[in-house]
Formats: sequence, C-alpha cells, structure tokens
Amino acid sequence: MVGEVLPVLKIEHLATPLIGPIDLELEAGSCTAVSGPSGAGKSLLLRAISDLDESTGSVSLNGKSREAYSAPDWRKHVAYIPAESGWWADRVKDHFKDTPELNDLLNTVGLPDAMDWQVSRLSTGERQRLALVRALQLNPDVLLLDEPTSALDPPSVERVEGVLKHQLADGKMLLLVSHDPEQPKRLGARHMHITAGKLTDAAVMESAQ
Amino acid sequence: MSSGYQALSYLDIVAASVFLILNAVFSIVLRLGLTKTLIVSALRMTVQLLLVGLVLKAIFQSGAIYWTLAAVAVMAVFAGREIWARQDRRLTGFWGPGLGAGAMLLAGIMVTVYALAGQIRPDPVWSPQYALPLFGMILGNTMTGVSLGLDTLHTSLFRGKRDVEAQLLLGCSRWDATRPVVRQALRSGFTPIINAMAATGVVSLPGMMTGQILSGVDPQEAVKYQLLIMFLIGGATGLGVLGSVFGSIARLTDSRHRLRLDRLSGGQKS
Repeated sequence: MVGEVLPVLKIEHLATPLIGPIDLELEAGSCTAVSGPSGAGKSLLLRAISDLDESTGSVSLNGKSREAYSAPDWRKHVAYIPAESGWWADRVKDHFKDTPELNDLLNTVGLPDAMDWQVSRLSTGERQRLALVRALQLNPDVLLLDEPTSALDPPSVERVEGVLKHQLADGKMLLLVSHDPEQPKRLGARHMHITAGKLTDAAVMESAQ
Repeated sequence: MSSGYQALSYLDIVAASVFLILNAVFSIVLRLGLTKTLIVSALRMTVQLLLVGLVLKAIFQSGAIYWTLAAVAVMAVFAGREIWARQDRRLTGFWGPGLGAGAMLLAGIMVTVYALAGQIRPDPVWSPQYALPLFGMILGNTMTGVSLGLDTLHTSLFRGKRDVEAQLLLGCSRWDATRPVVRQALRSGFTPIINAMAATGVVSLPGMMTGQILSGVDPQEAVKYQLLIMFLIGGATGLGVLGSVFGSIARLTDSRHRLRLDRLSGGQKS
C-alpha cells in the first residue's frame, strides 16, 4: 500500500458566512451522523460540502482537492441528497438514467413500478426513496444525506437503512443528518453535534459495524 | 403620399371623443367608478400625443442628427425603465436595469440601422422621419419581449430553485440544469410577437399599415412595408429576448455551477 491513499473525504476550516469553521474527516466505509437543533446549520453544512453554496476552506477527496474537479464532477463523486427533493419533469422516469442496476435499486427501496408513475402523485416518502435511488445511480464515493428517512414508515426505514449499510460495506462514506437518535446506532455511526454552525463530537459512541 | 389623404381639423378630434364621453356619463349613472380613470387616461393620452406631435415636427424640420439621437436616447431611457419596472424580481445592482436595457438596445439599434442602411435607404440615412418611427416600433416590441422573458425567468427560477438544484446535484451543468426554466422564459418572451404574426391581417390590419392606407398609399405597398417591419420587429425581439435571458442565467449562476439567487431581489407583487 506504499503511496496509496486510503479513500477519505477531508474537510478543513470549511466556512460560509453562516457556518464553520468546520473540520471533519470521513473514511471509507464509515458513517458519521450529525444532529442538532433546527437552524443550527446541518443542511448548510451539506450544501457547502457539495459546493452548492460558496464556502472557504478546503475539501478534498482521496487527496484531490475539490477545486481540481469541475463542479458537476465533484457533485457526482460527493452526492448530496436534500431533505426535500426536486422534480423538474412530469414523469418519474424522466428523472432517471436507464442503467442496468436501476431495477435492483428500485426493488430494494420497495418501489419496483415507480418508473411508470407521475411525479404529481408521489407521496413525500416515495419522493424521498426515489431521490436516493437517483443519487445512487451516480455511484458516488460519498453520500451526504439530509434526513433520508424522515417521511418513511418503519418497514421503509428498514429498507433504506439496508441500502445504506450496503453502501458502507461497499466502502462508501456516509454523512448523515438525522433526528432519530437510534438511527446512528443502527448504522454504526460516529455521532457529531452541530450548534450555531459549529461541529462538536457528541462522544456518545464510536462503535464498529 | 397625399393622393387620397383627408386632413382632420381639431374640431373633428373633439367630435370623435363624443362616444368616450358618453361612456364616462354611463359610468357616472351606473356608478361603475371608472369615470376618473377613464377621463384621466384620455386627457393624459391627449397631452402626450400633442406634445409628441410638436416635438417630432420640430425634429423633422431641423433634420439634425443630434436631435434625432437625443430623441433615440429619450426613448431608450423610457423603454429601459419600463423593462425594469415590469419585473417582479430583478437582478441586483447595475445588472437590474442594465442587462434588459442593454440587450434591448443592442438588438434594437442593430436591426434599425440594418433596415435604414440596407432596405429603406432614406437620404440622409438617419433622417428622423424614418429613423424615429422605425426605432420606436422595434424598441417597443423588443421591450415587451425582454420584460416578459426576464420576468418569467426570474419568477420561475425563484419558485423552481429546488428543481434546478436537484439537477445540479446530479452533476448537470448550469446550462443543462436551467434548460426547463430558460425554455419557459423564451417562450413567454416570444409569445406576443408570434401571436402578432399569426393574427396580422386576418383579425385586424396592423396599425402602421392602416395608417398608410388611410393616408392614401396603395395597399400592396403598405403590405410590403408592414412585412418589412414585422420581420424587423420579430428579429429584434428574438435577439433581445435571447440575449437578456442567457445573460441573466450567466449572472444568476456561477463558474462552480451554483444557483446564485442572492443576486436576485424583489418579489413585492406576489
């Protein structure tokens, strides 16, 4: 492994006018959960990492800095899935690429027929799961998830967490915003706390998978 | 020009207003509450047009290029202000009034100069009798197109922020991610001129053609002039709308393919 860098997302002094400075390191196959009161900057942190909001400081993936990627390329490697997803066409299938693994992904989140549906008839929970599938199609190295299961019933939560665990086993890095105190535990996550735009280690647990 | 021209006296004008005054009377009797607006706008129109007639006559008689250019400048300022005023949400800073007016003027002046120098060829080429009405028609239509295009673009970008950002997050470029809103804005900016072209001659005769026919010009000659004008108007409107909409997208996104709605202000009307 000489000269080989372990896959890692490294965040140093990341700041916007509203949050930071924030330092954080995500390692391959690891999950980090962030919780905190509303307005503390959880979503802003994810937006800043994905370069959707202007920020200072440095973010790098596997030793290559964010600025060395084109912005669209960066977002394909570091995929941010907002709490409320956007849908720009009428038909669900116009939001997806026709890749071979699409059907498997749809099956695992429990929506095998979704490609025939209209966006206007989707429930919030269906949107949430489909937005995850859409992002997973990019095969990103890092997933930034903003409350990925907030609108789901318990069986669907289990399905989505199953997908996330699978991603972790695949060596992906997860950064998760969650209000469910049990979710970080179920995913074996390091638990961080954010208040007033500053990140602190909740030091609750650091359990292995 | 004057083969069949019937001159009007000021008394004729007063006589023509009798039906409008009748409407005002009805409004009072039926308590419609329209009397004041009706009378004020009729008086305002009268004063504006009388003044414009005086000014144009003076400019035509002087025939000087600087008076012509001064009139062009005044028209440009009013049209630019109108574009700005008709947008619910506007670009911040200099771009707010600057971009729409700039695109409109660039398209309007280019097309007007092209038509004067190439097809109409008056002597001198900037002859105010041709330049000013032509520029006015082109400018007025371009102004409508640009303000509709920008207003639609800014409103739908603001409302559709999440949809645009969803596409950016999936790795689309800023141009791909904004394509649905751009298409909507372009359609909205092009609609008036497309409708005008479709209805022209069937539903009503265009104003300029009517004017020429009333002043005794052969209808076929009037049609040629009208076609020339419609092509010029359509071309200038298209260029102005395209320029302003893509200019605004460039301003409302950045080189890291972010949506920059912080460069948009306003939204009082909604």
